[in-house]
Amino acid sequence: MIEINQVTKWYGDYQVLKKCSTRVEKGEVVVVCGPSGSGKSTLIKCVNALEPYQEGAILVDGIEVGNPKTDLPDLRTRVGMVFQNFELFPHLTIEQNIMLAQRDVLGRSSELARKKAKGLLDRVGLADQAPKYPSQLSGGQQQRVAIARALAMDPKAMLFDEPTSALDPEMISEVLDVMTGLARDGMTMMVVTHEMGFARRVANRVIFIDSGEIVEDCPTDEFFAGNRNPRTESFLSKILNH
Amino acid sequence: MQIWNWSGFFSYLINPYILNGVLTTIWLTVVSLIGGLVLGFVVALMRRSNLRLVTVFAKFYIWLFRGTPLLVQLIVIYTALPQLGIRFSVIEAALLGLALNEAAYLAEIIRAGIDAVPDGQSRAGRALGMTERSIMRHIVMPQAFKVIIPPLGNSVNGLLKTTSVTSVISMEELLRRTQVLIQEKFMVLELFAVAAIYYLLLTTLWDFVQRRIEKKFGQSTQKLSLEDQR
Ligand SMILES: Nc1ncnc2c1ncn2[C@@H]1O[C@H](COP(=O)(O)OP(=O)(O)O)[C@@H](O)[C@H]1O
Ligand SMILES: [Mg+2]
Repeated sequence: MIEINQVTKWYGDYQVLKKCSTRVEKGEVVVVCGPSGSGKSTLIKCVNALEPYQEGAILVDGIEVGNPKTDLPDLRTRVGMVFQNFELFPHLTIEQNIMLAQRDVLGRSSELARKKAKGLLDRVGLADQAPKYPSQLSGGQQQRVAIARALAMDPKAMLFDEPTSALDPEMISEVLDVMTGLARDGMTMMVVTHEMGFARRVANRVIFIDSGEIVEDCPTDEFFAGNRNPRTESFLSKILNH
Repeated sequence: MQIWNWSGFFSYLINPYILNGVLTTIWLTVVSLIGGLVLGFVVALMRRSNLRLVTVFAKFYIWLFRGTPLLVQLIVIYTALPQLGIRFSVIEAALLGLALNEAAYLAEIIRAGIDAVPDGQSRAGRALGMTERSIMRHIVMPQAFKVIIPPLGNSVNGLLKTTSVTSVISMEELLRRTQVLIQEKFMVLELFAVAAIYYLLLTTLWDFVQRRIEKKFGQSTQKLSLEDQR
């Protein structure tokens, strides 16, 4: 579904990604972890062309992302994205947040878009919040709305960039539960997170990135069983010890 | 000659010639505001462009029109350009000068409004497959609007009074008509008082409208009315 091949990216003369390669099969959940500033966000932003890359190739559903001829808006509707800071539209109600791109991009009628929004809000456990504005919701609720908003486009894969790291601890599980449900339903997911419990329970594979390099890329069991690269080891001991 | 002629004052207060001048001032304001908004929006977008040449041009435009007096701009448009073969009627020259000048101020106000919307908002729209145009229209501008309204309102207040500058190219708005009557009737104080009262009336009415708009879109003037021009 997602194939990343020898991707290299520079910010000016700073190399953020160094020949990164990996693939995410249909229905697979891959967790990406690594120290802050290692290039995790940059890597997944390259997947839906929010960031350009200079070398290598990324294929999403068979389409080359870096090809100048690629219809980017079309590509992006196939890949949903959830951000650390939710990025709900503050001037729109929850329902309108989920309806906007359905109508604008997919050209759905407003009845259809509303019906879809209602169904998805129900799925993330927020059916009664439709008429409210984002600022009236808790962080955990906002992030669940953001997930519903991305799902409304019927994406074939979902990207998550640290979806729980801006949340108060008591709200983390409500978001992870929604994501777990999605994974169980067969969604293809690439998730940047440091929630190792989630990785252990849900991920098929875990990738560890350090300084723009993919240092580790292995099945979840192996990743947690040991036999890891020393850099992975030192990172994990830091995040698991508190 | 008496110092203050009450009956003269009252008769000019309801004089059709003056009242027509008031109407001219109003439509000059409205039309040049619309022109200024459209052009200002374009310049604001150019100012934020990725193409260096476009940005430089927008900056130059803003620098030029904010850095020179409207009076000079009007005289150039009305009397200097004809020497190059570009001729405008008084009305055209007045509207052009006002709109070009206003656009330079509005471009900065609009740009500040757009810049106030976090990049993450556009990124979220892009990630949903929306085009840049849609993002601007449905996500960025509605949010920028809140920031733009207070300084825009103040700018309209300024514009109501600034239209009087077009009297120098004999545009027959309120001030020009007041001056014409003064030349005939010599009631300097009475006539200027009448003109002042009408300007006050217009700006007060606008203040009232502005407050209603701000209330509707919920943001206080104090917070953002840094813009003070001319
Ligand atoms: N727009 C940018 N311009 C320059 N450098 C950037 C930009 N965005 C990120 N970087 C740098 O690239 C590196 C990787 O960033 P990022 O992918 O956000 O890391 P992570 O998500 O793993 O914390 C960091 O060192 C960051 O400072
Ligand atoms: Mg990041």
